[in-house]
Amino acid sequence: MERTTIKQEINISESLMERINELLSHYPSDKKKSALLPVLHAVQDAHDHWLSVELMDKVAEILEIQPIEVYEVVTFYTMYAQKPRGKYPLEFCRTSCCMLRGAEDMMDYTCNKLGIKENEVTPDGMFSVHGVECLGACGYAPMLQLGDFNHEHLTKEKIDQLIEDCRAGKIDLV
Amino acid sequence: MARKILLEKTGIEGIRNYDVYRKNGGYASVEKALKMTPDEIVEEVKKSGMRGRGGAGFPMGMKWSFIDKKSGKPRHLVCNADESEPGTFKDRYLMEYIPHLLIEGMIASSYALEANLSYIYIRGEYMWIFKILEKAIKEAYANGWLGKNIQGSGYNLDLYVHCGAGAYICGEETALIESLEGKRGNPRMKPPFPAVSGLWAEPTVVNNVESISNVPWIILNSGDEYAKIGIGRSTGTKLISASGHCKNPGVYEIELGLSVDEFMNSDEYLGGMMNDRPLKALIPGGSSVPILPEHLIFKTANGEDRLMTYESLSDGGFQTGSMLGSGGFIVYNDTSCIVRNTWNFSRFYHHESCGQCSPCREGTGWMEKVLHRIETGHGTEEDIELLWSIQSKIEGNTICPLGDAAAWPVAAAIRHFREEFEYHIRFPEKIKNRDHFVDEPMSRLVVKS
Repeated sequence: MERTTIKQEINISESLMERINELLSHYPSDKKKSALLPVLHAVQDAHDHWLSVELMDKVAEILEIQPIEVYEVVTFYTMYAQKPRGKYPLEFCRTSCCMLRGAEDMMDYTCNKLGIKENEVTPDGMFSVHGVECLGACGYAPMLQLGDFNHEHLTKEKIDQLIEDCRAGKIDLV
Repeated sequence: MARKILLEKTGIEGIRNYDVYRKNGGYASVEKALKMTPDEIVEEVKKSGMRGRGGAGFPMGMKWSFIDKKSGKPRHLVCNADESEPGTFKDRYLMEYIPHLLIEGMIASSYALEANLSYIYIRGEYMWIFKILEKAIKEAYANGWLGKNIQGSGYNLDLYVHCGAGAYICGEETALIESLEGKRGNPRMKPPFPAVSGLWAEPTVVNNVESISNVPWIILNSGDEYAKIGIGRSTGTKLISASGHCKNPGVYEIELGLSVDEFMNSDEYLGGMMNDRPLKALIPGGSSVPILPEHLIFKTANGEDRLMTYESLSDGGFQTGSMLGSGGFIVYNDTSCIVRNTWNFSRFYHHESCGQCSPCREGTGWMEKVLHRIETGHGTEEDIELLWSIQSKIEGNTICPLGDAAAWPVAAAIRHFREEFEYHIRFPEKIKNRDHFVDEPMSRLVVKS
C-alpha cells in the first residue's frame, strides 16, 4: 500500500452520510461489508477523488469492519486512488482496439501538450494523464475517461477543446 | 432487415423512460410470468436452447436448473454487467439505451429462480450507466414491478445495482460474488458451484446482461419459437460488438448462422474495411479467443463457409478455429503488428491477473516482458520457444479461466504469425526505427519489410 505524507481533510457530510445509508440499505443488515465498493466510490467522489489511509479507516469505522479489509480492497481495484491525482484525470484506454485506432498517439499528444509524463500531475494540479486498460468503448476508439464520462472518437482537436473546456470549468466529472 | 429481439425497440424515442417503455409493450413478460409457475419458465428457457452470452456459452436453462431450491436458503440472481473483455461493449449498449429491458428480464428470471433479492453487478467504469439503471429501478419500484407483492401476485423481489471498481477478473462469476461481498476479486475454487453456495454462501445464479435480456422475449413467444431462430445448437440472435479496422464499428444484432463474410462485408453490417485496406486478421469473440489469419476467416480449414455460430467459429479447434466467445469482433488490417498486439494483450492480462495462482500471476508478467523485448527489437531466437513454453504452462493450471484467456492469444499469434515474430528478431534495426509520430496513427504499427 502506498503511504503519502499529504494530509487529506476528512468531511463525511450529511448528504454523503445519507448516500452511504442508502447504499447500506441495499444489503441485508448483517452484510454491511457488501456495501464497501459502492461506499468507497461515494466517499472518494466527495474527497477530491482519492483515499488517504485516514479516510479508509473512517470507512472501516462506518461499515463496522477492520481497516485491513478496506486496505485490501482499495489496493486491489484500480479505480481507487491512494494519492491525489489531477483535478481532471485524463484516463486513456490503451488496450488493443483503442491502440489500433491511434490511442497511443493521442496519449503522447496530450502528455506533450501538458508537459507531463504518464501518471504525473501538472504543476497547477489541474490535469494528470493515465494509461488504463479496456474501458468498453472499443467501437468508439480512441477514447478517454474523465470522471464518470467517456470522451470518444478522439482527435487532437477534440483533446485541445476538452482541455480548454476543463480550464474554463465547463466539464462535469460526476 | 434481419430479425431483432434485443435491439428491436432501441430506436424508439425516449425508450429509456418507463412510460415509453411500458407503452411499447414493456413488462408484459412479467405479467405473463407471474401467471406461470417458476418451473414452467425454467422449462421454456431450457427449450429455447439459449446459451450464455457472456463468453462461455453454457446453456442458460441448464444453469438455472442447478440452483438449489431444496435447502430453503434465500436464493439470488446476479446479473453480470462487468463487461470488460477487450473488444466487447454490447451490454453497455443494451443498458444505456434500453435499461428497462434488463430490469424486466431480471424480474422474470428472479421469479423463475424463486429469488427475492437480486443484484446487477456493473463495472465501475460504467458509472453513468449505473445511474441510468438506478433511475430505471426507481421507476420500476414506483410502478409496482419491484418490492412487495408485485402486481398483486404475492411475489416479492428487491433489485439493486452494485458497482465494481475496475477489475476484469470480476467478470468471472465467483470473483464477482467475492466482489459483491465487499472483498478482493479472487475467484473461488469450484465446487461448490454458486448454484449451491454463492453470494453469502447462498444459492446464486450469475447470468450475463444479454442472456437475461433475452428472457422476456422467450416468455412472451415461447422457448420453441426462440429455438427456431439460428442454426443447430446456436439458437437465437447474438449481439456482436465490432471494433478495429472495419468501416462501421458498433453493436449489431445478428441471427446466429449469418456468414462471417456477410457480416464483415455487407453494408447492413460492417461494410468492409476502413479505407479499403486489406484484411489481415480477425478476433471473433473478444481478446481471449484465438486470432484467425486471413485465410481462415471466411472459410474453415475444410473449405466450408465460416458462420457466426458457436460451432462454426470453433471449427478446427484451436489449430484452425477460434470461438464466438463474447462477440467482441476485432478486425485487423495489413498495417497491424501482431507482435505489438499480442504484447498489448499480455500487458492487459498481467495487469488484470488477481495474483492468486502462481502460473497466471508470474506467467502473464513473463509473457509481457518477453513480448515487449521482441516488439522493441531486443528479442532472441529462443524467445519464441520460451513464450510457447510459458503459455503452455499457464493453460489449465489456474483456479479460473483468466490463465487460459491469457495463454490462448499468445499461442494463436505464434501459431499463425510466427514469421512476424521471427522478423522482429532478425531485423531489430528495422523494428527500432519505426516511426512513432506521424500523421497516420496506424503507421506506428507498420512492419516495413
